[in-house]
This record gives sequence, structure tokens and C-alpha cells, in this order.
Amino acid sequence: MLFELSKVSLTRGDRRVLDAVSAAIPVGVTAIVGPSGAGKSTLLRLLNRLVDPDAGTIAYRGRPLDECEPLALRREVSLVPQLPALLEGTVESNLAYAAGLAAKGLDAERCLRLAGLAVDFTARDVAELSVGEQQRVMLARALAQGPAVLLLDEPTSALDNVARDAIEATLAQLRRELDISIVLVSHDPEQARRLGDWVVRLEGGRAIEAGPIEEVMA
Amino acid sequence: MSTSIHLDPWQVAASLTLVALAAAISFWQKADLERDIAVATVRSFVQLTAIGYAIKLIFEADTLWLVFGLLAVMVVFGALTARSRAKKVPDAFWPLLIALALAGGTTLGLVVALGVFEPTARYLVPVGGMVIGNAMTASAVALNRLGDEMADSRAKIEATLALGATAQEAAAPFVRRALRSGMITLVDSTKTTGLIFFPGTMVGMLLAGANPTDAVRLQLILLYALLGSVAIAGLIATALAYRNFFTSAQQLREP
Repeated sequence: MLFELSKVSLTRGDRRVLDAVSAAIPVGVTAIVGPSGAGKSTLLRLLNRLVDPDAGTIAYRGRPLDECEPLALRREVSLVPQLPALLEGTVESNLAYAAGLAAKGLDAERCLRLAGLAVDFTARDVAELSVGEQQRVMLARALAQGPAVLLLDEPTSALDNVARDAIEATLAQLRRELDISIVLVSHDPEQARRLGDWVVRLEGGRAIEAGPIEEVMA
Repeated sequence: MSTSIHLDPWQVAASLTLVALAAAISFWQKADLERDIAVATVRSFVQLTAIGYAIKLIFEADTLWLVFGLLAVMVVFGALTARSRAKKVPDAFWPLLIALALAGGTTLGLVVALGVFEPTARYLVPVGGMVIGNAMTASAVALNRLGDEMADSRAKIEATLALGATAQEAAAPFVRRALRSGMITLVDSTKTTGLIFFPGTMVGMLLAGANPTDAVRLQLILLYALLGSVAIAGLIATALAYRNFFTSAQQLREP
């Protein structure tokens, strides 16, 4: 298993965001689905230790997450947030920053191509890009670190249908070209069906169902 | 020329006419500041009279321990005051206390070591007060800005942490801007000094009958010392305070 969550709970203020969630996430593409406020994004942030649970344990490839050094983990398990949040500067400077953190040489052209962007984007100022383009640069920036796992938080929520289809095609392409696992948060069951092999359904902070997509979403 | 000036209490009382004018303007224009003006007037009178007597005692005793004691009290009150302006920074008191203590200590230590001033109460108390006061303002502005920047940029900071950046790397652009905003006021006023405004020390010395050349030299020394002290205070306050936004696992704390 890629991730195994056992009785994971997290409280913020008075709200129990996650309540004794137990679920397994295998290698491949897993969709975390459920209504708004179900705890999907929080679950994703737990997987690369942007937050730690109040109770319960999470293992990554059999190793307890709290034993994983957070910085090294985040370069291997890379999270792309729901809304683009790039650093000021050019597309290339953002990619170079990410590659530098992971001590990797930068092949900007390849990262942009994998994220569905033309190579002439390298010199563009990120402030001049559309939200959809910025979202792709976020993906390219994560890929510049050569991650083993991509955590994608609602990657198409800010986009129209045409841009959404393009990102979905890009993700399918990524999967074919790279040996990479994807954990994807989506509020759209159809998207989960299109992209996922495995699904975890959350509701009110609890894991209601988990299993192969064709069984859970039949 | 005399180097000291004597003022009677009635001269101070006469200057209250200007306070009455300020209160009248506030009342007339409904600026709702009459109460604050009254509080400010009473507090300035009580605080300055008290510190006047304290300084008189310290000058007469002329022991450095009393000087250090007074400066330590200024540092503590400075840190408490600055903290009230940096409400969005968690546990801002300790970074501010350390920043003010080091800014004051380093600046006074340097001017004494360089032979600019003698290590006596007559120099250390007024210069220390100015240094700590300016360091307080600069670090309060810097941490106020840091608090706003960190609150407004949570998404960006967390996205950078998600790439495996350290808290220091993720906060660096915001720490830089905070430090800059803490220092910029004094840098700008130093640029325009003598053109647009006359700084207080020079005015005081001229009023007291000092030679203008001496007044200018003392003012320059103080301006340069203040530049150093606000840079040290801003640097240390921001460098310590940004850490309070993060956990030891390089996670952004919940606000």
C-alpha cells in the first residue's frame, strides 16, 4: 500500500475535521471524493505532513509518517494546492526554485510539456498568466522535483469545462509516461470515475467507503 | 554661549494653550480625539516629570548599574508597547525583548568603544533612550507588517512548504518586506533631515544655546547610531518572530 490511515482524527477549534478515518490508498490513481467540508483537502495535507493528525497513524509505504523527515517527504510526495500560489517571477524561476529544493537539475521544457504547456512559457511572468495556466505551472513546478507521488487538490475546480478536459488529459498522459502515483481530491464523482482506479469516499469527516472504483462507484 | 537653559513651570503651563487649541480643533471638526489629547497630555506630564527626577538621581549618583537598570526598564516597556502593535504575531514579546536589548546594547557598546561618547550616565541615558525608542518603533512596524503578510499569504507559504522548502525559505520574502518597512521610515527621514525637518536633538541643543556646529555633529552621530539600531532591532525581531508562525515539523500553525 502507498498510504495506510488508521483511526486518523483532527480537530480544528470546535470542529472535528476528520473523525477516526481508516483507509488504504494503493499505488496508482486514487480519488478522494465527498461533499464540501467532508475533510478531503485536510486528508490530502496530512499525506505530506503539512499537518499532523491529533490522533491515529498514517504510514507511507509501510513507514510511519511521523518518522519521515517532513522536507524530504514533501519533495517525494508533492502537493499541488487547489488554488495556484506561485512565487513572484517567471515560470522558469518557479520551476528552478522547486528543482533546486529537490537538488535536481531542471529540464524546464520537459516539465512544461508534461503539464501541457508550450516551451515558450519559460520566460513568462507568472502574474500575467490565466488561472488555468498558473494551475498548469503549479503542476510543472511539482514535476520539476521528480516526485513519486502527486497530491492534487481539486485540480480543475477553478477551470471551465474545456480547461478541465485538458487537465484531465494531461493527468492521463502523465500516468502513461511517468511511474507516478496520484492522489486526487475531487467533488465530482464523474471526474473520479474518469481518472481513478481506487476511491475513498469521505462524509462529515468519516471514511464511508473505500475500494476499487468500479465497485464503489458502480 | 551658555550650554544650559532654565525653564520655569509657568512657561510649560503657557504651552498648554497649544494643547487647548488641538482639543478645540478636534471638538470643532468632530475628530473625537479630545479624550485622547487629554490622556496624552497628562501621561506625557507625569511620565516625563517622573523620568526627569529619575534621570536627575541617576546623573547625581553616576553609577553605571543605575544606568543599566533604567535602560533595562526601557527595553521591557518598549517590548510590551511594540507587542500591542504586533497582535497578529504569536508570542511577539520575546523576539521584541531580545531585539531591543541587543539593538540597545550593540549600539551603545559600539559608540562607547569607538570613543564617540564617554561611558557615563550623562551620555548613556539620553542616547540609550533614543536608541531603544527608535528600535521599538521600527520593530513594532516590522512585526505589524510581518503579521499582515503572513496572514495574507498563507496559501503561498503553504504551497512553498509543500515543495519541501524550510519555514525560513517559505517566509523569506515576507520577512524581507517586513524588515524593509520597519527601516524605511528612519531611512527616509534621515534623507530629508535638515531640509524638511530639524531633528529633536539639534533643536534642543540650539535652544540650549550650543554652537550650531556641535549641534549638527551630535545630531549626525545620533542619526547614524539610530540607523544601526533600527536595522539590528528589525533584523532580530523579524528573524525570531517568523519562527512563531511555524511548528518544528515546518508546518504553518493554525491562526
